[in-house]
Amino acid sequence: MQWTVREAILSNTKFDRHFKEHGAAVYGRRSHWRSLHVDPILVFLLLLLMGGGLVVLYSASGKEFFYVKRQIIFMVVGLVAMAFVAQVSPRLLERWAWLPYLGGIALLIAVPLIGVGAKGAQRWIDLGAFRFQPSELMKIAVPLLLSSYLGSKILPPRFIHLLVAAVVLAIPAALVALQPDLGTAILLVTSGVFVVFLAGIKKIYLVVAAVGAMAAAPAMWFFVLHDYQKARILTLLDPQSDKLGAGWNIIQSTTAIGSGGLTGKGWLQGTQSHLEFLPESHTDFIIAVLSEEFGLTGVLILLGLYLLIILRGLILSLGAPTMFGRLLAGSITLTFFVYIFVNMGMVSGLLPVVGVPLPMVSYGGTSIVTLLLGFGLLMSVGSGRNQIG
Amino acid sequence: MMDHSGFKNHQNEHLIYAGRAGFAVLILVIVVGVLVWRYHDLQVNRYQDFVTLSDQNRIHARAVPPPRGLIFDRNGVLLADNYPGFILSVVVERAVDREALINELRALLDISDDDIERFNKLLARRRPYESVPLRINLTEEERSVLAVNEYRLQGVEISAQLVRNYPKKDYLAHVLGYVGRINEQELKKLDPIAYSGTHLIGKTGLEKYYEADLHGEVGYEYVETNARGRVMRILDRVEPKRGKDVYLHLDHRLQDLAYQLLEGERGAVVAIEVATGGVLAMASAPSYDPNPFVTGISTKAYQALINSAERPLFDRALRGQYPPGSTVKPVYGIAALDSGIASASYAVRDPGFFQLENEPRKYRDWKRGGHGKAINLYDAIVQSCDVYFYTVGVNMGIDRLSKYGKAFGFGADTGIDLPAEASGIMPSRDWKRGSRGIIWYPGDTVNTSIGQGFMNATPLQLAVVASRLASRGEVRAPKLVQKIGGDLIPNPLTDVMNIDSRHWDHVLGAMAGVVTDQRGTARRALAAIKYPMAGKTGTAQVVGIKQDERYDASKMAKLQLDHALFIAFAPLDNPRIAVGVIVENGEHGSSTAAPVAGQIVDAYMKFYPHQVTPLEADVVAVDSAGSDFE
Repeated sequence: MQWTVREAILSNTKFDRHFKEHGAAVYGRRSHWRSLHVDPILVFLLLLLMGGGLVVLYSASGKEFFYVKRQIIFMVVGLVAMAFVAQVSPRLLERWAWLPYLGGIALLIAVPLIGVGAKGAQRWIDLGAFRFQPSELMKIAVPLLLSSYLGSKILPPRFIHLLVAAVVLAIPAALVALQPDLGTAILLVTSGVFVVFLAGIKKIYLVVAAVGAMAAAPAMWFFVLHDYQKARILTLLDPQSDKLGAGWNIIQSTTAIGSGGLTGKGWLQGTQSHLEFLPESHTDFIIAVLSEEFGLTGVLILLGLYLLIILRGLILSLGAPTMFGRLLAGSITLTFFVYIFVNMGMVSGLLPVVGVPLPMVSYGGTSIVTLLLGFGLLMSVGSGRNQIG
Repeated sequence: MMDHSGFKNHQNEHLIYAGRAGFAVLILVIVVGVLVWRYHDLQVNRYQDFVTLSDQNRIHARAVPPPRGLIFDRNGVLLADNYPGFILSVVVERAVDREALINELRALLDISDDDIERFNKLLARRRPYESVPLRINLTEEERSVLAVNEYRLQGVEISAQLVRNYPKKDYLAHVLGYVGRINEQELKKLDPIAYSGTHLIGKTGLEKYYEADLHGEVGYEYVETNARGRVMRILDRVEPKRGKDVYLHLDHRLQDLAYQLLEGERGAVVAIEVATGGVLAMASAPSYDPNPFVTGISTKAYQALINSAERPLFDRALRGQYPPGSTVKPVYGIAALDSGIASASYAVRDPGFFQLENEPRKYRDWKRGGHGKAINLYDAIVQSCDVYFYTVGVNMGIDRLSKYGKAFGFGADTGIDLPAEASGIMPSRDWKRGSRGIIWYPGDTVNTSIGQGFMNATPLQLAVVASRLASRGEVRAPKLVQKIGGDLIPNPLTDVMNIDSRHWDHVLGAMAGVVTDQRGTARRALAAIKYPMAGKTGTAQVVGIKQDERYDASKMAKLQLDHALFIAFAPLDNPRIAVGVIVENGEHGSSTAAPVAGQIVDAYMKFYPHQVTPLEADVVAVDSAGSDFE
């Protein structure tokens, strides 16, 4: 494994050098994409994923075109944003990384003052035409700033740098956790931890952090977690304890998944979703619809598609000329995977229910646009542009 | 943001990153493995369990109540049928908040506290996901209100169900009875499976008595429902077996006539077909419309019925108990002849009163001054001479009176196919000791011998007595139903009295004299009758009259007037119809009760001018060994 990766890096850096030397003329077709700063393979995979997602969404939303149409609009907006961000020079991104971060912090502070609540938590800022979650913005801003900060240091990072990174991470995480949106806060921390991890933090720190987290868990339980959050965890352990309440979602989603079997009940034939037993079927629980209608086969195809995207993201990150680019691309890619894992784990009853949509498939503008923005950043830093030159 | 503490080694940093990325891929592969394991476990290993769960979610067996059997009269005229009515029910599992839902429904339509109470009771007994009826018989308007608000009424179901209808309304209320919503007590006794889906059950009358036949067998429907309990489609259906149709002996024309003849009165008419025991008409007045009871009568309307002085809910024909008065005289006539206490020619002097030996009390005859010096049995029945029967009754003694009275049907259930009949009283020494705790006095025998005192009988019993006289001692129970689901219901003789036919000739001849003889008590009332008919008038005292006091009808309030009674059968030679009539406070059997009986018999003879062949099933030889008349 280690050897293959090393080979890949070397070939990639060789290729970069080669490209710089011979210019665009030799690589005519690729140069076309290069000049757009978008990665054709990644775009192709994303389009495939989004197309499949729309097929599932049509079924999940009760055969209504309403959600599909809106989702297409979100996707177009996201793709345009992605292409736009891809044009921004990595140097510019690195230099101005603090700006979206500070803006995000300001918005997070504003949420309790002007925000809109839903289900007991204030997370939204109403912009008239649509609602916007500042915490989503932070999912990009935090790795951006951390990559910029740690990328400029000599790696592996020293303790003082880690301390600064921890503070940069803790402020937005705390603000989001207070909304309260523990799920997003944890994802936020995860995306930051990925940057630190990829930056080569010494293993002893990782071990200490892991032990610390375990020690902190009981304290979290008694002092931090809200009752409904505890209930979700307890429900996970025994969904039957509250069949019609908190356990309902998990019982219905696992039933949907399990009853799909190997090949599924067929498109539009899922009884759990079409008879409305499955809650949130077009948003967070959409994987249950896919599992029910396309079976394990559908799940594996989706997972395969996700893995190809992640693989492509990591390859692009390895091709980034600067440490900033690599850290940013790597953390975006790995965070993308965490979303997948958390969502699929939660719907299948492996993890507690947290509000994490299935990337690119669940209905929702904020999620899609943010994810595509992330891929735009990834393409900006990973499309081989010479940062120095 | 340049770090000045050293120099960046780009090659080294690249390798650090690559190493970490590789490590991340390793973790990633493991985590993906966990996910695949989980989905594989759910979708392959536990596939069957979840398919079952998923089906249990959406597929529900729903009871399909059977249509209730119809009730027809003897000529196929519909007396009880069904029409589709709409029912509002709730599946509480589907309701978000039950209390809130109920309150919302109460705001939309009229739901009484009774409805709520019943709903809560039914709720306690339902199976999961079973719909529980809240309101029945929704109006068109209420249905549209519900339809408009359906989207926010999760768990509410509106279903069509057949509702019972009685087109004859009050004319047949007491006979048919009615069905009503199953109450808690009934619920405890019922088979919950057979009655799942059924909301109505026979409460009184034939509807109650023949509940098992009329109800039918429940069917099932497998339906796919969504999470809100709404039925999306029907997957499978096991048809219910409809209840059996019931055909009565009753003729609705005679029934109508009987009820109309009682209009404005309180009383009862029962007509029995002699050959079969079939009840041709059984009317009790005043009556009530049973239809509101089916859908749930309002408390106010129910209170009005309950509190009415006329007691319309009371079935006088079946449960009204009146002193039979002089209508017992033919029975005691038979008793006197059969027991040898009196011969046909035996005569009594009637000075207008009777005295027991060594007792000053005078038992008066209804006719002041008496009927004459030599009154024999024929005269005594035709003129309804009390003193003759006082004399003969005392000579026979209470034991004989009681024995013959019981044989003719006094003091015992008739065995009619209706619930809760009253059995009347045929007094005896044992009866008095048992119920009053005192011994039998000779004076009691005197009163009993003219059907007064302790003696009580229902109008149905009077008709049965008339029928047994007409058939010359054939004992069989009166029956309303002749056919259930196409099968004839046999009504065999249970006994035949072993009595000399000359005795019958004598007594029945005297009963004919009541109608035809110059001195017959019903001659004037029945002067128009064109065929030989036998009858006997009766008058039952409501208010006890003191010694030496004169009964003066003009001075008495209507409610204190005597009850008028009449029993009759026709034609004399080959009797086909027997009738018992009571008109409360009708004063004299001859003036009010006899004309009613006459019209019923007349109508019957007109409708059925020829001898009706008895149903084959009824012609069953009876082992006469059971008879205790030697």
